[in-house]
Amino acid sequence: MAGFLRIKDLKSGYSNNLVIKGVDIEIVEGSFSGIIGPNGSGKTTLFKSITGEISISEGDILLNDIDLTKMSAKQKAQKIAIVTQNTEASDILVEDYVLMGRYPYKSTFQLFENNSDFELATKFMKLTGVFKLKDKHMNELSGGEQQLVAIAKALTQEPELLLLDEPTSHLDISHQMQILNLIQQLNDDYNLTVLMIIHDLNLASEYCDYLVMMDNGKVFVNGSPEEVLNYTNIEKVYNAVVLTQENRLTKKPSILLVSNRTLNSLK
Amino acid sequence: MREIHIKQIAILLSLFILLIASIFIALSVGEISFSLVELIDIISSESGIEYTIISKIRYPRVVLGIAVGGALSLSGVILQGIYRNPLVEPYTLGISGGASLGVAVTIIFNLNMILGVYALPLSGFIGAVITTFLVYILAVRKSYFNINKMLLIGVMVSFMSSSSMMFLMSTTTAENLHSIVFWIMGSLDEPNISLIKIVFYTSISGLIITYLFANPLNALRLGESKAKHLGVNTTFIIRSLFVIASILTGISVSVSGVIGFVGLIIPHLLRLIIGSDYRVLLLASFLGGSIFIIASDVIARTIISPNELPIGVITGMIGGIVFISIMSKSKFNAQ
Repeated sequence: MAGFLRIKDLKSGYSNNLVIKGVDIEIVEGSFSGIIGPNGSGKTTLFKSITGEISISEGDILLNDIDLTKMSAKQKAQKIAIVTQNTEASDILVEDYVLMGRYPYKSTFQLFENNSDFELATKFMKLTGVFKLKDKHMNELSGGEQQLVAIAKALTQEPELLLLDEPTSHLDISHQMQILNLIQQLNDDYNLTVLMIIHDLNLASEYCDYLVMMDNGKVFVNGSPEEVLNYTNIEKVYNAVVLTQENRLTKKPSILLVSNRTLNSLK
Repeated sequence: MREIHIKQIAILLSLFILLIASIFIALSVGEISFSLVELIDIISSESGIEYTIISKIRYPRVVLGIAVGGALSLSGVILQGIYRNPLVEPYTLGISGGASLGVAVTIIFNLNMILGVYALPLSGFIGAVITTFLVYILAVRKSYFNINKMLLIGVMVSFMSSSSMMFLMSTTTAENLHSIVFWIMGSLDEPNISLIKIVFYTSISGLIITYLFANPLNALRLGESKAKHLGVNTTFIIRSLFVIASILTGISVSVSGVIGFVGLIIPHLLRLIIGSDYRVLLLASFLGGSIFIIASDVIARTIISPNELPIGVITGMIGGIVFISIMSKSKFNAQ
């Protein structure tokens, strides 16, 4: 099956500093894929190259065989939505925040949203469970609630591809699972293609059906969680000592950390 | 309709009514005051000394007040929106400093002999354009565009023009010094009707054009990078709005001198009342600025009548007091 999102020999970065040093990735339509790798391995820079925040030095990024650099910013925002680590708390109302997702569909001369925009926003606020918060200000919400609103906004963009940059990084496990279960449900029910940067390898293993492990601006290994998350790969890329075992219930790899003290006591 | 929209419409309507009321008050109150009935009689009779006072003296001031107040307040709300910084106002970025410098140079080197009545406004505007251009060029070098760098450069250029002003003022004659100080203090007293017309139409056009950017300004409330994710061409939007704000400030300063605080106080006050949705806030700020300047001018004209206070004294004093008292009572959020 041909890739839905195809990244071919991508090189990009900042002036005088190439961060992505030749990356090839193929993401299948309807998949839930994860990008993992240590800090500074180029995960966020890869996302910025996809969204067009930084320009590409070499290579191609194709979505459904269309070159992303050939699209206008608004066209791209109709196809790709992104949820980042934190939503800047501001005095904006939740409903207005979600309605922002319709921006890519508005012409310069259209000042206000139409009824179908409101219907879509309402639909996705209900789906993400934030409808009851719609008349609150964003800065009155908890971190978890803000992320749910951000997801509602992203869905209101009606994207084909949903990018998530560490959406659960500073949430407790209950909220982490609430968000990831929701994304899994969207992936199942709407066949929405999801590409997520995630630090927690256990969450990556449990939720993603395809993983790309990055190291130093390149893809170190990719494949199913079973293929990627083994002791050798983690030790090499993260330089960390872990214990990998099979989750009895899901048969997926589960990673246990081993501290230096424990390690030394085993000598 | 959502509750918030009803509130916003009600506030906009109240502002319209307040503006009309302040126009009538400004036309009737002065050294000779008229009642509303007398005012309507005088205007409909179209003759007599009273009519001349109203049509030739008070009416032009009111029109200039609407234009300048609206333009400065609109410029303030635009700049606070693109910089996402509550302390930015038209004068923070050196625009007024540049205009003042232009006027000072014209007075000191006697250039008004060549340019006539347009000398001061024109030199003020050129000064404003040059400083804006300087800030723009220095901040927008190559393709790398940084909004905070632009703000810092603006503040630096502002300091540099103030210092140059002080240098010029300290070396010139007492007579020139008086002209410069008088101009800097700001006033709506402008005898040239065609200049008033230019400022008025520029100001209204500025408001209309800014509305094309209302949705991008709203998207910028999420931050520059999130706005980009929604398909906002942030660099183009920020650059265009910066130019619009500069023209609005430049043209106001060049005709009526430096009238401070409007661009800072009015947008903040209205954010507190009406919220930060730019589709409503832009018009509200324009109306609020016009009302504030017209009312301040009435006070400046009448409080020590027959003498006139510089309008900047009133805008600063009253604006500051009202602003602090409202802000200390409310939950404040700048963006």
